[in-house]
Amino acid sequence: MDNLSYLFVAYAIIFAVIFGYVLFIWRRQAALEAELRAMETRMRALDAGGIAKAAEPRSGS
Amino acid sequence: MNGRAVRLGLGLITLALMLAALYMVFVYVPTEADQGIVQRIFYFHVPCAWVAFASFALVAIAGIFYLWLGQQVWDDLGYAAAETGMVFCTLVLVTGSIWAKPIWGAWWTWDSRLTTTLILWLLYGGYLMLRAMAGDSEQGARFGAVVGIVAAIDVPIVIVSVRLWRTIHPAVLVTRQGGHGLEDPRMVATLLVSLAAFTALFIWILCLRFVTLRMHTRLGALARSLALAEAAAQD
Repeated sequence: MDNLSYLFVAYAIIFAVIFGYVLFIWRRQAALEAELRAMETRMRALDAGGIAKAAEPRSGS
Repeated sequence: MNGRAVRLGLGLITLALMLAALYMVFVYVPTEADQGIVQRIFYFHVPCAWVAFASFALVAIAGIFYLWLGQQVWDDLGYAAAETGMVFCTLVLVTGSIWAKPIWGAWWTWDSRLTTTLILWLLYGGYLMLRAMAGDSEQGARFGAVVGIVAAIDVPIVIVSVRLWRTIHPAVLVTRQGGHGLEDPRMVATLLVSLAAFTALFIWILCLRFVTLRMHTRLGALARSLALAEAAAQD
């Protein structure tokens, strides 16, 4: 391997590792955002259900 | 201005600085007389080391604040900095090895600078393994903070190792005689632009990872609230 190849390999590894790590973070962030949205929707649904239940007229009253 | 816009701006600044650094490394800077073209690895190898050291120093600072204040935000910052530091410390070791093969004739030698850097990599590798095994527990975060602080002691040792012990590693920034070892001002300019580019890259990546960890923390809190609310709704 000549010196130019060493230089090329070094820079290729630097950019591949950085790109791979940023991609990993982006994918993780997208997955967490989706999970957060789903959980917030469930929370809102639960809150709405609780409010609706509280608003229901009690039987016998 | 929201966080997403700040991160986008940081990303664009990083991209511009990185392109400028690449232009200077491959077009502007003269080839070093003794080592030839392979010396150009140095312009990204040194900034990777700087970023790794800054990351590990940040892990220690965040660890101190976590132990002092007990706020989750400091633990998230420390974890994000440790992971980012590990990525750049790995790049330091790999690019150093690639440079060493044509210059020294060996991929690795047990030189003081190389050995102390490898120890640093192993210490923070241990930190990340501890965090991965401990999960989201508070005890894991506390142990992590302590390991992060103790491991950071190796950072100044790596920096001054070329002055303290006999070494074959080039002492570019901290020579035995003082001053730096770059003879051409264009080399100094290229190194400074590369350092700026990698500092911006570090801040950008750290922000991305920190935001991800904050989201993970928020998700954990929401999951606990949801479980409680669902249990209460069933009663």
